[in-house]
Amino acid sequence: MQKTQVTTSEPDEHGHWGAFGGRYVPETLVAPLDELTSEFMRARADANFLRELNLLLRDYGGRPTPLFYAQRLTAHADGAQIYLKREDLLHTGAHKINNAVGQALLARRMGKHRVIAETGAGQHGVATATVCALFGLGCVIYMGAEDVRRQALNVFRMRLLGAEVVTVNAGTRTLKDAINEALRDWVTNVRDTYYLLGSALGPHPYPLMVREFQSVIGREAREQILSATGKLPRAVIACVGGGSNAIGIFHPFIGDQEVRLIGVEAGGRGDSLGEHAARFHSGVASGGGRVGVLQGTMSYVLQDANGQIATTHSISAGLDYSAIGPEHAFLHDAGRAEYTCASDTEALEGFELCANLEGIIPALETAHAFLPAIRIAHDLGRDDSIIVNLSGRGDKDVQLVADLHSE
Amino acid sequence: MSRIRETFVELKRSKRGGFIPFITAGDPDLLTTELLLVELAAAGADIIELGVPFSDPVADGEMIQRASERALRKGVTLSGVLTCVSHAKQHINVPIVLFSYFNPLLKFGRDRLADEAKHAGVDAVLVTDLIPEEALLWTETFRERGLDPIFLVAPTTSDKRLARIAQQASGFIYAVSRAGVTGARNEIADDAEVLVKRVRSLSNLPVAVGFGISTPDQVRQVWRFADAAVIGSAIVSQIERLGNSADLVKRVGKFARSLLTRT
Repeated sequence: MQKTQVTTSEPDEHGHWGAFGGRYVPETLVAPLDELTSEFMRARADANFLRELNLLLRDYGGRPTPLFYAQRLTAHADGAQIYLKREDLLHTGAHKINNAVGQALLARRMGKHRVIAETGAGQHGVATATVCALFGLGCVIYMGAEDVRRQALNVFRMRLLGAEVVTVNAGTRTLKDAINEALRDWVTNVRDTYYLLGSALGPHPYPLMVREFQSVIGREAREQILSATGKLPRAVIACVGGGSNAIGIFHPFIGDQEVRLIGVEAGGRGDSLGEHAARFHSGVASGGGRVGVLQGTMSYVLQDANGQIATTHSISAGLDYSAIGPEHAFLHDAGRAEYTCASDTEALEGFELCANLEGIIPALETAHAFLPAIRIAHDLGRDDSIIVNLSGRGDKDVQLVADLHSE
Repeated sequence: MSRIRETFVELKRSKRGGFIPFITAGDPDLLTTELLLVELAAAGADIIELGVPFSDPVADGEMIQRASERALRKGVTLSGVLTCVSHAKQHINVPIVLFSYFNPLLKFGRDRLADEAKHAGVDAVLVTDLIPEEALLWTETFRERGLDPIFLVAPTTSDKRLARIAQQASGFIYAVSRAGVTGARNEIADDAEVLVKRVRSLSNLPVAVGFGISTPDQVRQVWRFADAAVIGSAIVSQIERLGNSADLVKRVGKFARSLLTRT
């Protein structure tokens, strides 16, 4: 089939990117989602809202983040210049704060005093707890028991910030189950509660809204690379769990056809279903490449032959999720973005490379992007450049990596 | 006229409130489900809602989540559920509503589901997370095969949406008694009655009320303003409690009858 060239990626008014996205929710949630959609649409066109958002991102969040030329990684790759977009330098240590600030402003605008959120690695939970403290909003964070275990530091951070952290013991006890529990809370307390969803997934308007709040990454990176190198990069690379850091850096480059957009999924510890979180995985027994509906949106979903959602595995809690944001599904099918995966082992290798060569300890999620980036850079010329979205810092993962070393 | 419509016409004629028990298929196993369907029919069920187990039941409280988990651990699939219905339907004539989340149906396939469900004797399909806007093709396919598409309405649903939902639904409208997930509550909120009144002003379809109904008093209370009461978690809780006991089916039947003391 001839693929039409995608130069833009906007959903229709019901949040559909082609066959993907939309709203698959219990009826009770339709009204609050409608309310949220109109408030968001008004806010994004409101100069005062945008001014306040930008001011907070600058003075509280720490934007703009630098685009750093990683010389030693570049030398290691022996090819294109590797630039790192330093989202790890943001307040709370990851790109998640961009979206949390934006949505907390919306919550306040809507007069909601109670905020709930899910978290996987804990970065979104920390970002949400942070902005709730800043705005004086009540905050409840749902987190899977397995993630509570592997991200104990972030649990403590959230509690320090005044949030209530609820451990979710249902299902696979990871991000997916935390989202289920947050949705149940929302459906029950819908009148006074704002659900601050952390990734570019879920029902409309979340995938669009989160992408809009995260696109600041790509807008800055695009300007910065042009000013540093005088031309566009050959590729932009980011890890993809739900996909918010990736869509945030990809989106402003979608119209630049010469820029490859490459998402790196979690390859986990094997190719069979349950051993990875690579929704586009092409292996026959992988369960990848299947369209489905999970948690409000249609996208690629890891599932068994009967449509039951599969368990996933990744060394990084933030990528350990069965579905991918719908805009990624659209960009994948349209051929505008490419998706590959990196295994747990490759992520650990990337983690150590980045630490050793650049003096930056990246989040394990982010670490998935390095080996694919090095391979891509290697095949390009020295005059070319690529950008890796360094979406978060790795303090939270140090204990886990130390434990692996001692095993 | 569909079996469900006939059922409500008959209820109206005899001035009775309808009783709609819900059970999760495959909890504790499909053979027991088949026997439970027969027993619930004998106990006075006017319609039965049969839940298709799903790994991520976001609209359900803990009780039905656990029922789903028990069924999935037994390896229950949609095909198995439909076979179970076809077996039960050899003994009973009570309309059956297949109650499911969307993904297992999507995976099964729209046409295949409509064909096989109809063939098995399913009368209607309710998809918890499929709102009318996303359901157009499915509604059409169900109607073509003579299956009633049932939709939920909630206290948060606007009148404009109610009208739209009423247009797309047939059989009956399922009014969710309050914002929240499934599960027993101490009282039926005023929300439910207000919602049913709003539905009545916009549609002639019968209205069933569910979510949180667990006692005979609550059933009678719902009958005062709605055409039928759906009881789910309270029955599922009996099934959970009775577990492997040999007289599970009989005792669930007894519990169902106790809900129906029509005084």
